[in-house]
Amino acid sequence: MEIKLILNGKAVTDHIEADTLLLDFVRAHGCYSVKRGCETSNCGLCTVLMDGKPVLSCSTLAARADGHEITTLEGLQEEAADFVGFIADQGAEQCGFCNPGFVMNTIALLRENPDPTDDEIRQFLAGNLCRCSGYEGQLRGIRNYLDQRGGRHGI
Amino acid sequence: MMTIKNYVRAQSLEEAYTLNQSRRNKIIGGMVWMKMTSLNINTAIDLCDLGLDTIEETDTAFSIGCMATLRQLETHEGLNAYTCGAMKKAVQDIVGVQFRNCATVGGSVYGRFGFSDVLTVLLAMDCSVELYKGGIIPLEKFAAMMKDNDILVRIHIQKTPARFSYEAMRAQRTDFPVLTVAASTLGKLAVGARPMRAMVMPFSGDDIDTIAEQAANTIPTAKNLRGSKEYRTHLVKVLTKRALEGLYGN
Repeated sequence: MEIKLILNGKAVTDHIEADTLLLDFVRAHGCYSVKRGCETSNCGLCTVLMDGKPVLSCSTLAARADGHEITTLEGLQEEAADFVGFIADQGAEQCGFCNPGFVMNTIALLRENPDPTDDEIRQFLAGNLCRCSGYEGQLRGIRNYLDQRGGRHGI
Repeated sequence: MMTIKNYVRAQSLEEAYTLNQSRRNKIIGGMVWMKMTSLNINTAIDLCDLGLDTIEETDTAFSIGCMATLRQLETHEGLNAYTCGAMKKAVQDIVGVQFRNCATVGGSVYGRFGFSDVLTVLLAMDCSVELYKGGIIPLEKFAAMMKDNDILVRIHIQKTPARFSYEAMRAQRTDFPVLTVAASTLGKLAVGARPMRAMVMPFSGDDIDTIAEQAANTIPTAKNLRGSKEYRTHLVKVLTKRALEGLYGN
């Protein structure tokens, strides 16, 4: 079947199988930041934005994305660059495998809530699993980024 | 691993219903649970073009389309104002935001999963389901029915004046619940993740200890890898108490 969608701002038309997952579709189009992790809809590694909302591409059919706008980290380099350095400064990304998912969901969080409290950050990022770090590094990194830009909600 | 041979975006409920009469065809909902099965689906039926992804509020009721997501339940101001925040509390620990942006209300309720937070909280309300062929029936009746090939179109919640509270026990945040309890001043105590389908125990009065004792003696529980039958029965008592304290204060 044929689908047409917008991937990182560019129109894409392709033929797919009915059970092609969005995860496999975007990787086939060069978006290697999107990772296959748990395959049980739990880890958040495969997070992409669909019409601006974070979704699990491992659990979304590419066919359902037909006619929609899909954004991966490859399309958000500038927006991500603002805060990924703060996460790196905390040594939060050890193996780095979970990082694109974390960054994508953090972007979604900050678009929805530009000045979150620590609890709001924890709540929003609860669906992003990291098996290296224990999450405190990511939290400190995001907190430092928010503080330097004048965030009002400290710990 | 689930396979799908054909994919159809139904253009009418009749088209979806007709396709759904074949056992090899499935309505896919949010697909977050279904994708973990090993189903070989002939035709995946997608309802995403039917405008059923909204929560409509009137002075007297909410009408929730089956394709509305759990995240929409979580963030809908009117729904959370009416339920005293119980709706948000019930869904906010279901995996993560990305999962809740995929999972649909229709999938959660139609599935009548033994671990469902959504079914539990809705059962404490004046709630009914609208089936394409079966019409509108009380959720409590639907929760006990065998699955068939009808289509769950909408959830209806009457704004009967009431207060609501919700409690769940999880081994850790984002995991399946070990037990869920929702209570309302409508005299409904719903208990889920027993780990069987959620069920309702009607209650009257406000003697919290007596109602909690009655719930523990009445609500059947069982064991699974998240907890023993005895532990769950203990939790029925504890979470019922907490839920009722949420309704009536200490």
